[in-house]
Amino acid sequence: MDGDLMELLITYDVDTTDREGERRLRRVAKVCEGIGHRVQKSVFEIVCDPVQRVRLEAALSDVIDHQRDSVRVYRLNQGTFAEAHHLGAAIAPPHHGPLIV
Amino acid sequence: MVELLNTLYATTPGTSLHLDGDALRLVHPERTGRHLVPLVRLDHIVAWNGVALSDDLLHRCAADGRSVTWVTRNGRFLGRVSGPQTGNPMLRLGQFRAYEDPGHRLMLGRCLVAGKLHNYRQLLLRAARDSSGARQTRLREIAARHAEALTELAAARSLTAVLGIEGQAARGYFRGLDVLSPGVGAGRTRRPTLDPVNCLLSFGYGMLRVAVHGALEQVGLDPYIGYLHGVRSGKPALALDLMEEFRPLLVDRLVLTLFNRGQVATRHTETLPGGAVQLTDEGRRMFLEQWSTARERKWHHAGLVSDLPAALLPLVQARLLARHLRGDSESYLPWTVT
Repeated sequence: MDGDLMELLITYDVDTTDREGERRLRRVAKVCEGIGHRVQKSVFEIVCDPVQRVRLEAALSDVIDHQRDSVRVYRLNQGTFAEAHHLGAAIAPPHHGPLIV
Repeated sequence: MVELLNTLYATTPGTSLHLDGDALRLVHPERTGRHLVPLVRLDHIVAWNGVALSDDLLHRCAADGRSVTWVTRNGRFLGRVSGPQTGNPMLRLGQFRAYEDPGHRLMLGRCLVAGKLHNYRQLLLRAARDSSGARQTRLREIAARHAEALTELAAARSLTAVLGIEGQAARGYFRGLDVLSPGVGAGRTRRPTLDPVNCLLSFGYGMLRVAVHGALEQVGLDPYIGYLHGVRSGKPALALDLMEEFRPLLVDRLVLTLFNRGQVATRHTETLPGGAVQLTDEGRRMFLEQWSTARERKWHHAGLVSDLPAALLPLVQARLLARHLRGDSESYLPWTVT
């Protein structure tokens, strides 16, 4: 069923020394929020298919300043998110679980 | 294969849902911080009354083909919106022609009831296997009556006869509810439901209806032109038709299991003055959690090679029905388990 799905971890650094940088930071966050769950300030966990991944990377590439910012995309083995341990004030994103609010 | 997307159940009154970029933002006065759900991972939103959706979100959902359903606090269907109509006119014409043809209508009615009776019989036989003594005998008796009903069904010559056979079998089944799950009352009550088991059943049927209605719209069938259930304005007859075969295993079985495991506590339901029993907020959440997990459980499908998660069964059966109504297959084969 979920054969095509992959788990990605995205981390980013955006240079926010000027107003333009702050804007880019917000935009990067916005793009990531549209597909995954924020687990830390600049770390997202994403479950997506290959097409969505290409779109995501293109969108991020359009937003960032290639000289000053960096985005890292890690592809993880399926099931890594479910096994992740967290300490402290961490959140557990509902990737597959029921969404009841 | 399609990806199994999530359904968002927004039950807490006072919650409002907004569009935030490509994500859905949940806002509730008592919840702090930002709560975002990526829209790409959602295929449906079920909102209980008391939950507000912003126009932007609705427009976005309509554009993406993501449907939204509103239900009452007891899970009764209120309304539904989806984007532009899907499906092709030839299929709809086929659907209407089958309705106009009494022979065809009878044949489809028989198929739909057969699926329901067969699956109820399987549920009863499974329960009988796990019990003993007088309980087992009674369960086997009710199951045997379902088997007889199936034989009678083959000989039924009118839709009234089909409905009579179905009604009688259903009454027999509901009278045996107390044997299926010790401690619950026998008999079916609805509008209002008078005991917890009926309350959960009604709620479960409501959720099933949301799923089946959506599946029919997705394949382009008109949910309001049905064969077994008469056509009446505002009544989604085809959705009710197609629900029949899923009721026993997707809803009844889940509800009975919850009772048998003792997972339904007194705090999950409340009795109103007048005797009506309804779910409490906690009960609703408990049931929805179980329902969401059960949606992922895989079931055997006779027509397909691989097993299918429960959430996709309505869609697959709606496709099979559409295939038949378009004239690509001789008859409609309901989903049954053995």
